[in-house]
Amino acid sequence: MSARKRGAWFFAAFAVVALVLAGVVSYFADGDPDGLDHVTTRGCTEVAGQLQGACPAAHAEDHALADSPLADYAVGGDDGLTGLAGVLGVLATLVVSGGLFWLLRTRSRSGRDGSPGP
Amino acid sequence: MSTLAMHASDGLLNAPTSLLFGAVAVAGLAVATGKARRELDDRTAPLAGLVAAFVFAVQMLNFPVLPGVSGHLLGGALAAILVGPWTGALCVSVVLVVQALLFADGGLTALGANITNMALLGTAAGYVVAVALRRFATRSRPGLLAVAFTAALVNTVVASAGFVLEYAIGGQGAVSLGGFAAALLGVHVLIGIGEGVITALTVGAVASARPDLVHLLRGAPVAREAAS
Repeated sequence: MSARKRGAWFFAAFAVVALVLAGVVSYFADGDPDGLDHVTTRGCTEVAGQLQGACPAAHAEDHALADSPLADYAVGGDDGLTGLAGVLGVLATLVVSGGLFWLLRTRSRSGRDGSPGP
Repeated sequence: MSTLAMHASDGLLNAPTSLLFGAVAVAGLAVATGKARRELDDRTAPLAGLVAAFVFAVQMLNFPVLPGVSGHLLGGALAAILVGPWTGALCVSVVLVVQALLFADGGLTALGANITNMALLGTAAGYVVAVALRRFATRSRPGLLAVAFTAALVNTVVASAGFVLEYAIGGQGAVSLGGFAAALLGVHVLIGIGEGVITALTVGAVASARPDLVHLLRGAPVAREAAS
């Protein structure tokens, strides 16, 4: 297999793994609060959905974009569509970062295999 | 509060502290953007884009660390080992920006603090550890896995220490700083073990397929053979 073809296969496989993790495996993620969430809510009790007490999280504000369509990794508030939200997130991240890194890259004068570059 | 929020929300830090770390993040990203140019070429730029997308995906996969407490990958050490520290910092930053803007995860005023902790501090610490232990990584596959694990563990704990620092400067709430620091660092040692396992598995898989693409292995015999 040529180096170029091998590279294409590798990149495609990497992308598929990311899409499957976000689109399928995400349904099996632990729903408990993460470490930061857990520690910042220590010392508070939840009363009717509001944290009460001296803990840091009692000062937490709702997210300014909490009503956006993909908020909380759901689609339009539907948690059953977390996988779709994840796939959209992977694609959005890929487009933004891929575009950024492609613009930032040092353009090679000649191809790595010795052939003249563009 | 949603349990799906994974990063610091708005309101945990006061406005001056949020602003201060917003400035730290902007300065850090400006430096990283300049330096990343040297890490990125026609081969590594596509990999870096995929690494960012992969970090986004794996950050969704919370794993249990204690009863009722989960953790998730931060990804700085993983990205730095694969694509270099400056590009790695940009990878994690893109993930955090996408999460804050599209998924309402991580507050907008807290974005600077989140970038400082996870994209700058954690990535830098993980990469420094990886470089310090590089001779073990280039020697054998188990060595590479052990180095990736250790770098990722340190990355997670240092990132959480960043939040302790920010909380000490301008945190809201009336909790003892010592207790807060001990609890946050302690739980992030456990999360760091998970981060270490995920990072070792990922770096190991990339090194098996394309050792020439692993930034940490550049110049090592195993990478040169694969590139030729």
